[in-house]
Amino acid sequence: MNEQTPVLDVEDMTVTYRTEKGPLDTVRKVNFKICAGEIYGLVGESGSGKTTLAHAVVRYLPANGFLRSGRILLSGTDLMSLSKMEMREIWGSRISMVHQDPSSSINPAIQIGEQIAEVARAHLGFSRKEARVKAIEMLNKVHMPDPEAVARRYAHQLSGGMLQRVLIATALTTNPELLIMDEPTTALDVTTEAVILDLIKDLMEEYNTAVLYITHNLGVVARISNQVGVLYAGEIMEEGSIAQVFKNKLHPYTRGLLGCVPRVDANKKDVSLKAIPGYIPRPDNLPRGCIFAPRCELVEKACTVERPPLAKAEEGHLTACRRFEELKKIGDVVADTRAGGTKEDKLGNLVLEARNIKKYFTAAGGLSAFWQRGRSVIKAVDDISIRMRRSFTMGIVGESGCGKTTLARCLIGLEEATSGEIELEGELLPYSVAKRPPEILKKMQMVFQNPDASLNPQHPAGSSVARPLILLRNLSRKEVGDKVKELFQAVNLPEEFIERLPHELSGGEKQRVAIARAFAADPALMICDEPISSLDVSVQASLMNLLVDLQESRETSYLFISHDLAAVRHLSDWIAVVYLGRLWEIGSAEDVFVPPYHPYTEALLSAIPIPDPDVKQETIRLKGSVPSTMDIPSGCRFHTRCPRKIGAICEQQEPPWQQHGNYHQIRCHIPIEELLEKQGEGLLKKMPVEGVIN
Amino acid sequence: MEDGKNMIRQAGVSSLSKLQPAFRRLLRYPMTLIGFAIVFFFIFIAIFGPALVPYQYTEQNLPNKLQPPSEEYIFGTDQFGRDIFSRVIVGSRDVLMVAGSGTVMAVFFGMLLGLVSGYRGGWLDEVIMRLMDVILSIPPLLLAMVILFSLGPSRLNVIIVVGFLYIPMVARVVRSVVLDLKTRQFVEAARLRGEGRFYILFREILPNIMPHLAVEASMRFSYSIFLVASLGFLGLGVQPPSPDWGLMVGEARTWFYQARWVLFFPAGAIALLVVGVGFMSDGLRRMLLPGGVSNE
Repeated sequence: MNEQTPVLDVEDMTVTYRTEKGPLDTVRKVNFKICAGEIYGLVGESGSGKTTLAHAVVRYLPANGFLRSGRILLSGTDLMSLSKMEMREIWGSRISMVHQDPSSSINPAIQIGEQIAEVARAHLGFSRKEARVKAIEMLNKVHMPDPEAVARRYAHQLSGGMLQRVLIATALTTNPELLIMDEPTTALDVTTEAVILDLIKDLMEEYNTAVLYITHNLGVVARISNQVGVLYAGEIMEEGSIAQVFKNKLHPYTRGLLGCVPRVDANKKDVSLKAIPGYIPRPDNLPRGCIFAPRCELVEKACTVERPPLAKAEEGHLTACRRFEELKKIGDVVADTRAGGTKEDKLGNLVLEARNIKKYFTAAGGLSAFWQRGRSVIKAVDDISIRMRRSFTMGIVGESGCGKTTLARCLIGLEEATSGEIELEGELLPYSVAKRPPEILKKMQMVFQNPDASLNPQHPAGSSVARPLILLRNLSRKEVGDKVKELFQAVNLPEEFIERLPHELSGGEKQRVAIARAFAADPALMICDEPISSLDVSVQASLMNLLVDLQESRETSYLFISHDLAAVRHLSDWIAVVYLGRLWEIGSAEDVFVPPYHPYTEALLSAIPIPDPDVKQETIRLKGSVPSTMDIPSGCRFHTRCPRKIGAICEQQEPPWQQHGNYHQIRCHIPIEELLEKQGEGLLKKMPVEGVIN
Repeated sequence: MEDGKNMIRQAGVSSLSKLQPAFRRLLRYPMTLIGFAIVFFFIFIAIFGPALVPYQYTEQNLPNKLQPPSEEYIFGTDQFGRDIFSRVIVGSRDVLMVAGSGTVMAVFFGMLLGLVSGYRGGWLDEVIMRLMDVILSIPPLLLAMVILFSLGPSRLNVIIVVGFLYIPMVARVVRSVVLDLKTRQFVEAARLRGEGRFYILFREILPNIMPHLAVEASMRFSYSIFLVASLGFLGLGVQPPSPDWGLMVGEARTWFYQARWVLFFPAGAIALLVVGVGFMSDGLRRMLLPGGVSNE
């Protein structure tokens, strides 16, 4: 493969932006090659310059950006020497791009088929009729169910996963030499992501396309690509084949990133995550020596003097670390084992008990709801019961739209439950937060998903934390001031941040302030609704560690909602699996992650992208997307997508709860013994367990 | 690119507390600067002008009626021999005062209605907004004329009419911003710690509406100037011998062919002020709400 001319050959590329403060080199001296049929994974945190790099490669920079040096060859054609018109010819025909957000990449006013056909007409010179045929052929290629019908639909009628298929189909219509994919699965559910990744992999083999695959997710890279480049602050830190980079990491940054990802076979009791300290440097303020030196564990004096180049460490494996020889000797990152070792599993006092919670929405709002009463009801949460104990974490997992968030919002009172009972420390609660007295509000707080929206942009960070102290704990002015300082310390933020406005904080810092605010009331129960999902891996790791530490010192219970199963596994003692508003499996975290599983749990687990190319996961893929909550399937709600459906019984009867061991229940028609037999060793058994103390 | 995105994202959180970079953005658009200059110029002459004018605005000098601009009367004189320059200068006070007060009234009540309507929702929202629709559905000049005929023309009544007519537009804008803000998680966090409605509306939500309100107010102001001038022109506003610009234009119609300056200067003043406020309003929008009218 090395003999042929690479499809994309980038040499010494430096991308510069003209800014008010002078020119900024956001990507510096980057070299890489991608051959036909190869998927090159480019990983990096936000701000590392991934997108800039991708746009520079196709000469699609904003007006203030330009290439200061370097060459870009597309199968031997020097792209830099081409005019804008000639580039336009190449865009779409020889280079295609698939973006992160499928809904904004498709024109909502044009039929799907027409959009694909348009590409065929513009670049392949097809007639209207030929183009139409081609569009349907392409939709078939991406395994679109019923392509003829889909071709006539509009963007809003398709799910996110289907739209992403449409985009891939559009991109491949002209059979381009180079395909650039910028986080194509980030906005999707794990289950859908797994399906799309399989599809990309198959198609690339068939079309023999060179792919530049950009992502922040190491698990995705491990699953999909052949070659990987690790980008940090605009420079490539390490490059090599998947096996080389993941098995034999020769740069401390790569090791750091992998150390941040929670393992699916261990949790907070066994290990704590290793977060990378500090922040990614800004391009106008780069350290003199190695750009990673200020955050590196292995830094020594020589590292800060001269910037080490990306150099060959072994055949096909490059690293920008001076001390890679030593790294080889040190071996793999050993996760920190937690002080005190395994905590004893005793059941604490009951904090919250929710019985038969239901939340139904009517589809229309305002006055029109009045006319349409009882017509279309959305059953977002349909009869869920859970119990939570002191100093204990309940993880809730499921695809988006399955009712996780609605359940949490009903418990805390932001949505009024339709029926059911919520009991907090023995006291029955009113449904609405407005009707709950301060003593109850104090006991239950929440950390929200989006750090940008969870703090008032006009209020300094400290005042957001002070309000609950004043309202719920009746402290004096002086006590409030001290307490705010104490809370900022508890979430590891410097005192100066008390005066800062949210826009002066990074996403992770904002989330820390939000955590401090929630803890200000000293709650017995905290609801965490995807609190880390929108953050970088290294920030995620430090926040997870923070949550674990706070739980330990304050004995708070968490209800932790996430679609990231590895994070849930790491933080939770108990896991509940939700699908279409109901629980299907509940049990201790250890039990839920080993067989027997509910078939839905099994599918979720097999979809987790694990950043280790050696782990062979069973491929269980779900068909289609979550059915509408307005039209819930009869019998077992999962039967329409279940890979283990046994027959008519699944369609007709509601499955019974089955007990397995003391702490594990599954709701399925298949007997436990049979599930155990079919699922065998389980999906994740082949994980190496080095560095984990059980 | 990502840096650019960050910049946009940060700017997207519109806020009055970030005027510094906003001001720098302002300097990039000369039109905005011109707009602000014009508006400040008129405010200046409204405050100090009357003390500096060469003649009393009511001072009649019949032998010198309808004189063209000259050294003595730089804008010429009208049909009673009054100095048009002095009248235009003194008239700026009326226009700014009446249009300004009307705008303040519209913005204040519109804001309250928008806040309540957006935050409470439900039937109250429905009732308030349909009432607003009713007001909007009648041509403004017609409605203003009907009200002024029944109330009688006076300065105060013009203010009330202007305020009343523009309440719905302000209320609509505020409501739409509230609808977006009230689902933000900082508002939910406030509810979770038991904040009252007043605190949430006025301390959590209102400060985030201020930029929208400022832009909306400047737009309403330019509309108000027009409306006040139109009402003056129709004789429904401030009554003679007040030097109201609209009134002056109305009176000048009769003499237009003999003495164009009688019409030209007050009309020019109206046009200049409206254009200036328009530029300023555009500039405010760019400064305070970068990235689109709707903020997100």
